[in-house]
Amino acid sequence: MKLLTCPLNGQRNISEFTYGGEYHQMPDHQQASSREWAEHVFFHDNNAGIVTEWWCHSASSYWFLAQRNTISDQILRTFPADEIFNQRVDFAPAAEVSSDATPATKGESR
Amino acid sequence: MPFGLLKYGLNSEYPGTHHFNPATELKKHYDVVIIGAGGHGTGIAYHLAKYHGITNVAVLEKNYLGSGNTARNTAVIRSNYLTEEGVTFYRESVKLWQDLSNEFNYNVMMESRGQLTLAHSDAAIRSFRWRAEVNQHMGVRSELIDRQQIAEMIPNLNMSEDSRFPIIGGLWHADGATARHDAVAWGYAKGACERGVELHQLTEVQDIEVTSGRVTALKTNRGRIQCGCVVQAVAGASSVVAKMAGIPLPIHSYPLQAMVTQPYKPLLTPHVSSPHLHVYTHQTSRGEFVIGGGSDPYPLYNTRATLDQRETLTAAALELFPFLAQARMLRQWAGTTDMTPDYSPIMGLSPVENYYLDAGWGTWGFKATPICGKTMAELVATKKVPDIIKPFELERFYKYQQINEAGATAASH
Repeated sequence: MKLLTCPLNGQRNISEFTYGGEYHQMPDHQQASSREWAEHVFFHDNNAGIVTEWWCHSASSYWFLAQRNTISDQILRTFPADEIFNQRVDFAPAAEVSSDATPATKGESR
Repeated sequence: MPFGLLKYGLNSEYPGTHHFNPATELKKHYDVVIIGAGGHGTGIAYHLAKYHGITNVAVLEKNYLGSGNTARNTAVIRSNYLTEEGVTFYRESVKLWQDLSNEFNYNVMMESRGQLTLAHSDAAIRSFRWRAEVNQHMGVRSELIDRQQIAEMIPNLNMSEDSRFPIIGGLWHADGATARHDAVAWGYAKGACERGVELHQLTEVQDIEVTSGRVTALKTNRGRIQCGCVVQAVAGASSVVAKMAGIPLPIHSYPLQAMVTQPYKPLLTPHVSSPHLHVYTHQTSRGEFVIGGGSDPYPLYNTRATLDQRETLTAAALELFPFLAQARMLRQWAGTTDMTPDYSPIMGLSPVENYYLDAGWGTWGFKATPICGKTMAELVATKKVPDIIKPFELERFYKYQQINEAGATAASH
């Protein structure tokens, strides 16, 4: 049995979790070209080595981030998403929306 | 033939001629360098040498011939896909498979035993009907069959209505087949080497030199080589190798695990697949049941086997064939599947002018081996993308023109 440490629920069997894709920054949703969106949505680093990625504890629907080595399958660290997403993002179609706009509440789907 | 065998054993020329050229020094320059000596890489080399007269070719392999996913797949050949582009492509591949042993005079033990995909829900019946209509329109033999036909075709299959997911129908694909996967790489490599292609095993590409949009040289563990052009055919490491040339790919690499049972006397003719139960199986010509399923739940560059996956696969296989409860497992292994968002391959041109992609082969690479060898060689020789692989270009993701084959893969992933 492989264990994963959920920041909310502690150590659980990895089968209780769902992999949610690589963590990568969303482009500016007002400025990004169609090509940039395509890269954001479809293209992945797919690194052989240490990656940061989304995971969800299925039973409690809790999304968080993990650092994992994709060669040895070692999980180095798991942490709550608010370590990165610490500012409210306004998706209103206003011109002054900041360029690092990223949703604070939802994980990215793969 | 005991006397023949004895004579062969005592022959002073034993072990006879080598199938492949023995390792030599790398040359300074090759017109074409193919990275990866699996079925695809050697197939491309074979077609270049035989049909296009291009023989200054090196096939580089970091391990040994056919040691990657060519040796790890579950050897399923079929063309019952859903999209026009997909069906056309795999249909041509199945045609080439049927004559492959004659093509390179090496027995690949091709057996056209048919493939049956099981439906356990009304939604599956609807999608099967759709696939059957598309397939028949494109000249591929697919038809919807009912419970009675399934029971007659496969007497050992569990047709109980009391099981958790009873079988309610199936998609019968008479063109489905299987072949010996290693022999494909051996046959192509032999044919290519006879015509002057160099196969270099234990030769790992470590870096790719790109100057003003063109590949000029490759750095390997055996030295630097210059090249006219490069083809990458490295299923399982597509992203890693393409990254050396600075090309991002829409791929995530997942392990896919499979296993085989002890041999049984022949009792299952076709390949049987259940997308709902995430399992597929067929009996090899040696009598073993090969059991495969969906990819692992998360990406990994590692071919370890897990107990979790073994339990899942076994549970599903037992639901279909309860007698397998007595079976002993001989082996469990994994291959690395380069999954694309639309479950179709990435073939053809890349942002680097003389660098050609044969990537994103997920769980559908083995069946495409011959057509891939043929079309990629044509691309390299003529610099013109053959119509049949044009839809699979990398650029399709930037144009939002994906070719969705997610529903037509053998098991959901």
